Amino acid sequence: MRKLLLQGLLKAPLTETAPDDAAVEALARELDAAARARLGRSLSIREVDAGSCNGCELEIHALGNAFYDLDRFGIRFVASPRHADVLLVTGPVAKNMAEALKRTYDATPGPKWVVAAGDCAINGGVFAGSYAVTDGAGAVVPVDLKIPGCPPTPVDLLTGLLALLKAGKG
Amino acid sequence: MVNLSDLFARNGSTCRPWPRVSVNEAEWTGLCVELAAGRLTLSALFGDSGAVHMALLEEANGRLALASLPCPTGAFPSVARHHPPAARLERTIRDLFGLAPVGAPDLRPWLDHARWGVRAPLGAAIPDAGAGEAYPVLPVEGEGLHQIPVGPVHAGIIEPGHFRFSAYGETVVRLEERLGYVHKGMEGLMAGRTPEEAARIAGRHSGDATVAYALAFCRAVEAARGVAVPERAHALRGLMAELERLANHLGDIGAICNDAAFAIMLAHCGVLRERVLRASARAFGHRLMMDRVVPGGVAQDIPTEAIAGVKAMVAEVRRAFPALVRLYDETASLQDRTVGTGFTKPDYVRTFGAGGFVGRASGRGFDARRALPYPPYDRLPFEVPVRADGDVNARVWVRIREVEESLGLIIRLLDTLPKSDILAPVPAGGGEGVALVESFRGDVFAFVALEGDGRVRRAHLRDPSWFQWPLLETAIEGNIVADFPLCNKSFNCSYSGVDL
Repeated sequence: MRKLLLQGLLKAPLTETAPDDAAVEALARELDAAARARLGRSLSIREVDAGSCNGCELEIHALGNAFYDLDRFGIRFVASPRHADVLLVTGPVAKNMAEALKRTYDATPGPKWVVAAGDCAINGGVFAGSYAVTDGAGAVVPVDLKIPGCPPTPVDLLTGLLALLKAGKG
Repeated sequence: MVNLSDLFARNGSTCRPWPRVSVNEAEWTGLCVELAAGRLTLSALFGDSGAVHMALLEEANGRLALASLPCPTGAFPSVARHHPPAARLERTIRDLFGLAPVGAPDLRPWLDHARWGVRAPLGAAIPDAGAGEAYPVLPVEGEGLHQIPVGPVHAGIIEPGHFRFSAYGETVVRLEERLGYVHKGMEGLMAGRTPEEAARIAGRHSGDATVAYALAFCRAVEAARGVAVPERAHALRGLMAELERLANHLGDIGAICNDAAFAIMLAHCGVLRERVLRASARAFGHRLMMDRVVPGGVAQDIPTEAIAGVKAMVAEVRRAFPALVRLYDETASLQDRTVGTGFTKPDYVRTFGAGGFVGRASGRGFDARRALPYPPYDRLPFEVPVRADGDVNARVWVRIREVEESLGLIIRLLDTLPKSDILAPVPAGGGEGVALVESFRGDVFAFVALEGDGRVRRAHLRDPSWFQWPLLETAIEGNIVADFPLCNKSFNCSYSGVDL
């Protein structure tokens, strides 16, 4: 273990530079003006899988690896909605999860924002039209930012989340 | 007495490559007795309009057959009454099709939380208020017992499900799972679609196993239509399947250690996993390789320069992984958490026909790539690691050995890539096909029935976790509550795959 730790000190970091500003800028503009004033330079995120195939979760997990290192931006995932500024919702919102999503939203203190991550959370994706889904997070909670993709790549997710921070600074 | 040979001897099956024959109620019950006696393994049990189908596996002879029972009265003799692994499958049949298992030990709904606004959506489709209803968990009695409800929204970034722990102090005396929260109605969505459209939904049953799911679905369609898939497509499918296995196992090994509060393994395994995903993206244009396996072959060939990229990734994993394995093996505090924790009885694994690392860590060496070989594995040498110790540590070691096997398979597939087309046309028309494909998690079963116009009439994909989730309930018994995340991660069952 000592050798591994030592290598970690001596080798160059794997962490990559942040996504380019233009893309972040464009997403930041989409956000409500109110969001800009209220967010600080840090974000606490509660992730809610509301019926995803788990593909989005894999890529959200990847945000924590050494290449993307989400923590360096002041963005972190929290265990309880009570600690969260943002709900990151994935999945077409299965009707069996709708109440749990609504309750999680209600348990999150304001000001709060909802990010719909992935095509399913935006409009139901390939599951749209099923008897068992609501065709997107917007049917259950108000959505402030959409990050498309099936699943969105870690860079897509990072770009979207940085836009939230950027909006806060503006 | 009815056995698999009797089913094979009957004429009239239009299902390929394994037969599907109609049986009467007495024969159906006879097959249930064979299951209960352990002479056959239940591979799938699913509903249809006015019928139930049961897929039976004869492991010793590497063959499979389907028995179908017409249900003109809307009922069928319960399988779970004789063979408990069928219980949740039967409850699902009743929820989706409204067909009642007579004599079933558990009559509670499973996927239906009374939220859909419709009952028996794939059967009579009776309108319903969709207001939800209380779910009676199994009663637990005794002095000093307390219950801990967890979920469906969990603390981490994981899928939703409800766990009800009954604990005596720190010790879990019973865990009861309640799933169904991510039911998306996928079988309803696939019906009426073209095979190409349905393959996209098949590949999203469980995103982490998207290649294996798409492959199982496509192999069933190709069997139904008698499509000869080009050799190169077979090899590329194998390559994608092994990349998927590699990425998932690396992620799991890191995550299991992280749940034992040993974060350095997660950090290093996370880096290796990311390298696999990036190599996959360069090779096939998508990090998880979604929608790359399509009916008739594959959607995209590997660019020549990406072959070197995949090989470089394999070299890097081979360089870095042994040190991580040593670290895992030589850290006493980590071993203290994984050795002896979450023991899964070999008897249960055999009875449930549990596959993947759950089965192979408890002595069941079944691997669809070996037992019912399909291309490209029929021409490839590889080892199937099996252990008997059945604990979290054993499930980690099975993954470690499979990482090594997958690395070898990837190089061999790249070095022997045949030159041919990558996609064969799938002629429109009817038929039925089945397939069994080994995902990183275990065997995925697929049944597809096509209409005369080539559209999907009925498709069913059975996730390996159907036969692993119930064993997690047994593995945690007698362990402390704090070891549940560790046990759960070592199983890494799919929620979406079983919630349908």
